[in-house]
Amino acid sequence: MLERSLAEGAFVVTAELGPPKAPDIEAIRRKAALLKGQVTAVNITDNQTAVVRVSSIATAAVVLASGLEPVIQVTCRDRNRLAIQSDLLGAFLSGIRNVLCLTGDHQKFGNHPQARGVFDLDSVQLIAMASRMRDEGCFECGEEIKNSKNAPVLAPRIFIGGAANPFGDPFEAQAMRVAAKAAAGADFIQTQPVFDLERFLRWMEVLRTLGVPEKVAILAGVMPVKSYKALEYMDRNVPGIRIPGLLIERMKKAASPKEEGVAICVETMRALQQVPGIRGIHIMAVEWEDVVAEIVHQFGNGVGSAVA
Amino acid sequence: MITAQRKPFDEIYRSASRHRKILVLGCGSCMTVCMAGGETEVLTLSQQLELAARERGDQLQIRMRTITRQCDREFFDDETARLVFESEAVISMACGVGVQFCAERFLGATVYPALNTQFYGATVQPGVWAERCVGCGECILESTGGICPVARCAKTLLNGPCGGSQDGKCEVNDQQDCAWQLIFDRLKASERIAFFAKIRAPKDWSRSGNGGPRTIVREDVTLQ
Amino acid sequence: MDDSRADDGVRIVAFCCHFCAFTAADTAGTMRLQYPTNLRIVRVPCTGRVDITMILHAFCEGADGVIVAGCEEGSCHFTRGNLRASKRVKRARELLREAGVDPQRLEMYHVAAAQGPLFAASAREFIKRVEDLQLVEGGKAQT
Repeated sequence: MLERSLAEGAFVVTAELGPPKAPDIEAIRRKAALLKGQVTAVNITDNQTAVVRVSSIATAAVVLASGLEPVIQVTCRDRNRLAIQSDLLGAFLSGIRNVLCLTGDHQKFGNHPQARGVFDLDSVQLIAMASRMRDEGCFECGEEIKNSKNAPVLAPRIFIGGAANPFGDPFEAQAMRVAAKAAAGADFIQTQPVFDLERFLRWMEVLRTLGVPEKVAILAGVMPVKSYKALEYMDRNVPGIRIPGLLIERMKKAASPKEEGVAICVETMRALQQVPGIRGIHIMAVEWEDVVAEIVHQFGNGVGSAVA
Repeated sequence: MITAQRKPFDEIYRSASRHRKILVLGCGSCMTVCMAGGETEVLTLSQQLELAARERGDQLQIRMRTITRQCDREFFDDETARLVFESEAVISMACGVGVQFCAERFLGATVYPALNTQFYGATVQPGVWAERCVGCGECILESTGGICPVARCAKTLLNGPCGGSQDGKCEVNDQQDCAWQLIFDRLKASERIAFFAKIRAPKDWSRSGNGGPRTIVREDVTLQ
Repeated sequence: MDDSRADDGVRIVAFCCHFCAFTAADTAGTMRLQYPTNLRIVRVPCTGRVDITMILHAFCEGADGVIVAGCEEGSCHFTRGNLRASKRVKRARELLREAGVDPQRLEMYHVAAAQGPLFAASAREFIKRVEDLQLVEGGKAQT
């Protein structure tokens, strides 16, 4: 259990599972099988980069049935507060406990750029709303979560996460935003992938002065890449990610790019483990789920995983 | 002011060419300032329509007039009324408000829009107009250093910035300033950073256009 | 614009700035350089005075082609009038295209006051261009 592992002080490793574009249940099961036993919990992305895929909750249900603990992701881009609250209750009812609350990449990046971005809430408000549902047992409007006047309040006991970007600007504001998410009730934070360690360390320093690592469990993100082209693509096209030139050079010169990518990832993980305030790692092996086992093995931190 | 841009010419011509006598009616206020539908634009469009009609062998008699604005009844004077009723249709170069109001004033008249109305904005420099307000009905400028995130943040965040802000620019368009960077800078410079740290509750969107068309009534001023 | 066509040729209006183009035209005359008489010159203080509606007006009144001739870059007597004219000519060509008139019927030239030969050559070249267009388009009659 993600919550339990963190409470016990274990160094946690989570990974990501991207739902398929087509409703192919076997594809989900295959990916889940690759990750089972490797990590504590698995994030199920939600129309990532505004490209339509099978929903996070439906995919999470399949992942759960496969014996792996999911973390659903909810963006503010596609749903208003009604739909989100409804989804949270539905997810909880289906056995899903962990929820990562995100703003969401703008719809212009995806395959439906003409869609209306909802953005009824932002991620801070979303976290506040989710934690209110859990801690006070009431909806955003103030009504209690119960079926009738005399029925018991059934608060969804969810474990709430937020995202953070140590590489976004303005530097100080991004750090303050993490503090806001902590104050709003977040239990854990997952960061964008770390390629620029020096900047990440500076960011963690600011967070420490704001007292944030004591309030939320920060999991640092890492991403293994297969080629220098992948790095260049991300640098140019993915919002919030910037890659140091040295890294691109290193990948270019590598005899075996995939192995180099894994090596860089593991090196980064080991460095991050030493950073005070970091409680774990979040591996984003986008469309490369089969490399996670290798990474975890090299990292050498036998992390238990099965769903309690 | 309200800003707009002229519609693609073919679209306007399609409307105009259904008729033989049209009035191109301009607006002397916002549409003049944003150079979309003032006297000059009325003349230019009429010239184009004349040339196009000639090219296609269509009969098109074009009259022109520009009034102060098309969103107040008073400005639809007798001369305008005469021209409207002598024409088969009006090509209005007002914003969406004026186009509709003109039709309401002259019941039975056919009024076509020549413009695509865009936003409430300011003239940043000659020839450049930028959006500043979306009329959300609940102004929060006091707490954001005078910079509006509802109008200027692509995700209407009230607790920004998002992780996509880079070098002061928005993830959606790297020519676009990140509103939250601007707000942060402004608040920091004026030592009001506490405003930045404040967590803002979800917005009441029912007060913006999302709740249906709005009306304002000043009882002390109405005539009835 | 008079209705009678003294010659059966195309009718061209040329907005020429007083300081450069008009003087160049004058120089061409003094040098006895031949250029066709279909060119009706309108002297303006600066091409910056020419706005889009003036150009379109010429076409509406029956011109087959319009020239806007001003100073060379950097030499405008009023500093940037010729640059403003360039931008407007560009826009006017777009508006003409939308209205179904070939944008090649409008051209901007930059000539120095002493460049009589250049003015004459430009005029000849432009008139030929418009004549060719007339042939291709079946001689759109200006009724």
